[in-house]
Amino acid sequence: MDGTKNVAATKAKTTLDTVPAVGFEYAPAPESRAVVDIAPSYGLFIGGEFVEGGEGSTRFDSLNPATEEVLSSVTAAGVGDIERAVTAARTAYDTVWSKLSGSDRGKYLFRIARIMQERAREFAVLETLDNGKPIKESRDFDVPTAAAHFFYYAGWADKLEYAGLGSSPRPRGVVGQVIPWNFPLLMLSWKIAPALAAGNTVVLKPAETTPLTALLFAEVCRQADLPPGVVNIVTGDGETGRLLVEHPGVNKVAFTGSTEVGKAIARSVAGSGKGLTLELGGKAANIVYDDAPIDEAIEGIVNGIFFNQGHVCCAGSRLLVQESIADDVVARLQRRIGTLRLGDPMDKNTDVGAINSAAQLERITELTAAGEAEGATRWTAACDLPGRGYWFAPTIFTNVSQAHRIAQQEVFGPVLAVLTFRTPAEAVAKANNTPYGLSAGIWSDKGSRVLWTADRLRAGVVWANTFNKFDPASPFGGYKESGYGREGGRHGLVPYLMSGASA
Amino acid sequence: MTRLEVRKTYKLYVGGKFPRSESGRSYQVSDAKGGFLANVAQGSRKDARDAVQAARAAFSGWSGATAYNRGQVLYRVAEVMEGRRSQFVDEVAALEGLSKAAAASVVDLAIDRWVWYAGWSDKIGHLAGGANPVAGPYFNLSVPEPTGVVAVLAPQESSLLGLVSVLAPIIVTGNTVVLISSQDRPLPAVTLAECLATSDVPGGVVNVITGRTAEIAEHLAAHADVNGLDLAGAAPDQLVPLQVLAADTLKRVLAPQPGTPTADWTQTPGLERMLPFLETKTVWHPKGT
Amino acid sequence: MSLADTSHTRELAPSTARDVTGTSHLDDASLRRFLHGLPGVDEVGAKARAADLSTRSIKTTSKAWALDLAISMVDLTTLEGSDTPGKVRALCAKAVRPDADDPSCPPVGAVCVYNDLVPIAIEAVRGSTVKVAAVATAFPSGRANLPVKLADTADAVAAGAHEIDMVIDRGAFLSGRYLQVFEEIAAVAAACRAHGANAHLKVILETGELVTYDNVRRASWLAMLAGADFIKTSTGKVPVAATLPVTLVMLEAVRDWRQQTGRIIGVKPAGGIRTAKDALKYLVTVSEVAGADWLNPDCFRFGASTLLNDLLMQRKKLSSGHYTGADYVTLD
Repeated sequence: MDGTKNVAATKAKTTLDTVPAVGFEYAPAPESRAVVDIAPSYGLFIGGEFVEGGEGSTRFDSLNPATEEVLSSVTAAGVGDIERAVTAARTAYDTVWSKLSGSDRGKYLFRIARIMQERAREFAVLETLDNGKPIKESRDFDVPTAAAHFFYYAGWADKLEYAGLGSSPRPRGVVGQVIPWNFPLLMLSWKIAPALAAGNTVVLKPAETTPLTALLFAEVCRQADLPPGVVNIVTGDGETGRLLVEHPGVNKVAFTGSTEVGKAIARSVAGSGKGLTLELGGKAANIVYDDAPIDEAIEGIVNGIFFNQGHVCCAGSRLLVQESIADDVVARLQRRIGTLRLGDPMDKNTDVGAINSAAQLERITELTAAGEAEGATRWTAACDLPGRGYWFAPTIFTNVSQAHRIAQQEVFGPVLAVLTFRTPAEAVAKANNTPYGLSAGIWSDKGSRVLWTADRLRAGVVWANTFNKFDPASPFGGYKESGYGREGGRHGLVPYLMSGASA
Repeated sequence: MTRLEVRKTYKLYVGGKFPRSESGRSYQVSDAKGGFLANVAQGSRKDARDAVQAARAAFSGWSGATAYNRGQVLYRVAEVMEGRRSQFVDEVAALEGLSKAAAASVVDLAIDRWVWYAGWSDKIGHLAGGANPVAGPYFNLSVPEPTGVVAVLAPQESSLLGLVSVLAPIIVTGNTVVLISSQDRPLPAVTLAECLATSDVPGGVVNVITGRTAEIAEHLAAHADVNGLDLAGAAPDQLVPLQVLAADTLKRVLAPQPGTPTADWTQTPGLERMLPFLETKTVWHPKGT
Repeated sequence: MSLADTSHTRELAPSTARDVTGTSHLDDASLRRFLHGLPGVDEVGAKARAADLSTRSIKTTSKAWALDLAISMVDLTTLEGSDTPGKVRALCAKAVRPDADDPSCPPVGAVCVYNDLVPIAIEAVRGSTVKVAAVATAFPSGRANLPVKLADTADAVAAGAHEIDMVIDRGAFLSGRYLQVFEEIAAVAAACRAHGANAHLKVILETGELVTYDNVRRASWLAMLAGADFIKTSTGKVPVAATLPVTLVMLEAVRDWRQQTGRIIGVKPAGGIRTAKDALKYLVTVSEVAGADWLNPDCFRFGASTLLNDLLMQRKKLSSGHYTGADYVTLD
């Protein structure tokens, strides 16, 4: 660079003369909040309109986890509200929705998909404010994928005789759905799209900490002229969810959330005849063989556990790396993590956003401390954590064994446990050695090895030489205590229909 | 004083553009009562040849697009058709001698039929493909792929509903098409081409040749770069000669069953118009460490 | 930086190569074992990483800094059969002072010309920091025998070129004659330093003809083993020139080379980079894949011609606050 500075004295100072020694710093690139209009408070969306909570309902605040500011006040539905919602869904089913042709149901879903695309920026900004995930993720992944789910299932609505359930399958009726806070809008689309396509009506409870995009979705339903009562959104907490799934007027329950709550729901629907699908926790193994395409494997590992701050049921939270390359892989990982940008989720260059809530942050912190206490070696990326909000820097544990809590329990945060293996059989055994079975990753340049390994993994989704890929046409769901039932694809319709033949 | 309308001209649709026939010819199209409606380009074998070239050039892009993308594009076509509803209604009513109300239900059904097919793009794979349980340590997967360029003789009488019912199933799976519109009732085909041209459908995916069906059909049936042939609009005495010509290059042929009455396009179809123009590729791969 | 101590390292290219590859004897087989033993590149994953890096949003002060850096990294190029002294002089005038109205605009890194026009270029840039790079070795095809290629190189060096951009023999590479490719590069590197000269050597891999990312990785390593100071993507004369994923793979190679040998080799994507927006994506990729040490014209260049005007227009827009047009930048 010295040559440049010796040019004739008349040359003015360039901005290069102020090059910071550390190289390319990215100036703030904030997405504007102005596109979204958050009301100071929200009621419940029942029977096609927003209504105030009735007796037994309470109010609570939804916070922006990056700043701890209050975004809005929402309603926790009480017993009477759940009753009203289920009744509205039942009435809509009996008088309108079950009488519509599949073609008409499909058209409503196409409208909803289109409006979601039209209002994509609003949804993305709102999701980031309410959830804490980087705007880059909500804009490029959550919102487009959610719209795509509606598009995909819109096309099934008039083709149910091809779903493999007979020439005239019937919907279940009224469906109660409870979704988590990690991908609020996307989880809503995974639930509502197939349910409606199949002819059911819906009462959906979004997660306590992330209600806002569901409430915006209610507006979309109105813009689409969806008949009142076909979709009902009842915000609230765990208790609200329990009231919904236990309501006798609900014919089928769909739940995504923790394994613990999933088991409680399974117990509560026992003997009721309600259909039940569960999509629960995971502790996925990401297996890296010594012949992996190493740079892409590093990307896959990083994406697997740090995408969405690790708040992903299918996160690759256990790295199973072949021992002969373990040191190199960990060194590369640490270097790569050094380029991850943690901070304001509304900045377009942020890679790692805020932890969703104080409660979740506490859980991550506690488990990470346990990891250290158990003797694993902790490495945490050097990050400046903002003063307000809930933050956790990407962390890697090495020298982890199967018996450690951090190898067994779902952290649901940006914490990776690294274990080693020597042979393919050992990799498979370790990967399967968990009560969970949601997903797994395999990295190898050898096709036969990839397929052999995939065959033996007891996991509902196997990603080979990639990770965290989702598509409305691709079934997703778990083995064992990661739940049962599938979402996406033809399989995703099945739980919402009962077999039938035309007379 | 009634306003003098600006009348529409009806040209060919080839490679995303609207050229006149290279032969310079046109022919008269009349309404159901014999009154003059329009002069329409009379396509020649050279126009058909150009269309095949355009369809071939468009094939790798269209078949290489994701099924989701094709579905989105075709759904957009339906949006544009909906906007042109009254133009379609006028054309169908005049050509087929229907009342405005009857023509409107035909047009509505045609648009809904198009939407039905659009939704198949990312689902036909679930039905026409899948993993096969072979008796050995092999991963075995069958996948449907579009066959290539398909020549279509659109139904002679059902000028929009029949047209849509033969065209949509072929392109939704990724094939590209050279379509000979109904000889006497070609106008909705050209209006449909205008919808395609304004809906992100890449040029060349669909090419519409108006003209005398018998004159052009034999060139397409014999053309070695055409992979499939849909004879819905063939005259009964043409069916055998065209299939004989097609046999020279073993084209995949979809022909009306001999002795069956004219198709009732109002009936909900099944998969029978998509499957004939799909090839099935089966891949084996061992599973071992 | 990279130019320190290069002559010492390059003279020992075969010995460095034996050390790095861990073989006692360099031949096609041993080079193949080493190059094919490098980890594979997953095409879909590499493209996905490049696409992700392309979403970085570079604004305000960082944009201003990056635009100036990009300008200083341009190898302003004219490589046409119809080139004349007049054309080259005009190019050089622009290279030295890209923006007639704004002296704060930095000059470009180098001009890049055919070697018979080197003397004109040397004269035209005298007194500035702009370097003169000459293409050599039967550019662009590389189809000539070694003595011809070395004579080509010697001509340019003797005329005073500061930098030589050579092409590898892609036919030899694709047919597995790795030793031949290696020896040709080493011979050209030696010619760059003959008779007291110290020209730096860029090795053009012609990635559009190598096609696969695995080949790009292997060719990158082969060029570095043989003594390249820079690895360059393309001649700009075949349909497929520089792309972001290909440059990403090359940046990974130089990063890993430095890890193994301590030495920094530069990277130059050439051809097909037309907009400032594209150039900034490349700088982001350099920064996040190889590191800040590569963010200077000694370690990274853009082989381009129309890019410069778009960089200048973006620069004007930043300082004036409004969009500008082609009338406000010079043709050449």
